Amino acid sequence: MNRTRLLAHCWFAGTLLLGILGMLLPLPQVLEAFKPYWPALVLLYWILADDKRVTLGLAFALGLGIDLLNSVLLGEQALRLTLLAFIALRFRWQLRFFPFWQQALVVLVLLLNDRLVQLLVRISSAHEPLPPLAWWLSPFVGAVLWPFLYSLLNDLRSRLRLQ
Amino acid sequence: MGSKFSSFLFVSSTVGKLRLVFYLVLAVGMMVLDYNYGLLWQVRYRAAVVVEPLYWLADLPARGVHALVLSFVGRNRLNEENQRLKEQLLLANVRINHMRSVAEQNRRLKELLDTSRRLKLRVQLARVISVDLGMYRHRLGLNVGTRQGVKVGQPVIDAHGVIGQITQVLPSISVMLLVTDPESAIPVVVERTGLRGVAYGSRDGGQLVLPNIPRSADIKPGDRLLTSGIGGRFPPGFPVGKVVSVAPLTTGAFLEVQADPSAALRRSRDVLLLHDLAVSMGPSASKTLPVRMTGRRVGGWQ
Repeated sequence: MNRTRLLAHCWFAGTLLLGILGMLLPLPQVLEAFKPYWPALVLLYWILADDKRVTLGLAFALGLGIDLLNSVLLGEQALRLTLLAFIALRFRWQLRFFPFWQQALVVLVLLLNDRLVQLLVRISSAHEPLPPLAWWLSPFVGAVLWPFLYSLLNDLRSRLRLQ
Repeated sequence: MGSKFSSFLFVSSTVGKLRLVFYLVLAVGMMVLDYNYGLLWQVRYRAAVVVEPLYWLADLPARGVHALVLSFVGRNRLNEENQRLKEQLLLANVRINHMRSVAEQNRRLKELLDTSRRLKLRVQLARVISVDLGMYRHRLGLNVGTRQGVKVGQPVIDAHGVIGQITQVLPSISVMLLVTDPESAIPVVVERTGLRGVAYGSRDGGQLVLPNIPRSADIKPGDRLLTSGIGGRFPPGFPVGKVVSVAPLTTGAFLEVQADPSAALRRSRDVLLLHDLAVSMGPSASKTLPVRMTGRRVGGWQ
């Protein structure tokens, strides 16, 4: 009994770590705009898949951890992930019973909103010019990948539980 | 965001909202602190035990692909490359031998002129690591850090010219600002005429720009730009770029010169860090250095 719980914890932490690594992996410059925001997708999966695991505090802590690795300002990703988790937690019960394509749409909206927040942070802190249009592609890629990611992680989780 | 957001704020439990507000204020507070005091790299340095292994992990696939490519390219191709490199080495040696006599002559002439600039270089080889550092589209990670004696401000070159300079250092990883980054600025001199200027990174980060060249100046496409050594950060005489276009600014009195960088910015896997900073000419580096090391940062959109 205790071992399965430990395994579940490891699996949870492992998926988050993989999400972070996915973000750190560089892509060829042509594909760079298509790279989805992996940690957000993994976090969303856990919000929908498990009742009690993800809290606002955890999203904030995860964001801070990511800030250490890959960010312009300390606190940027913490802000983004906290907002994302808040909205997703609020609609968790509705989202759970949506068919995949509707879930994907919601994920798209969440990720677009996240990009908007990032844009605000970047423009107010670094005085950057507006990003190229391709920069907005990433949320769409994330939404397309969502059904596959969700079923994959769900499948793996149920298999691990069976052991 | 505001209107969408306020609609959630008034329908749900107060505890959740309070928590959200607490975390948001915390995050914004951190950003403000970081913006003003540049905390991020200090924190990163402290947390290097955790941060660096993750960077290494993220770099693994790229290294793996490189190793795979190496093991699968045919023997023929390696032989060919070997042959080509041997020829290049021979040619380079011949050039060096020729240069040596010229350098000797140059040294004697300089002694006559009573200047004491030396052309001695201490270099350190470093490898570019493939990690997405978030904002750093015009920045590269290198596999050396304070443990290897790397310091902020060291120039980085490759076989073709100046690539950039070190801006952040962790115990065994450092980050380099490419010459084409909008924040970068290098004092240069036109090889043909001796005209001086400062080469900035262009706004989109692909080229070099010299904004304030007088209209009467003698400069044309094809001119080579070398480091001038002014400011003392970059030693003089390294290729920086090649002028591709010269156009008058709309304001009238000045020309805007665009140049392509000499170094293979995106293709270099191995680079050299210069150790002995050049003896400075003119005012000291700390006052005239055009690159800001902290404070406002301009990033790329990943």
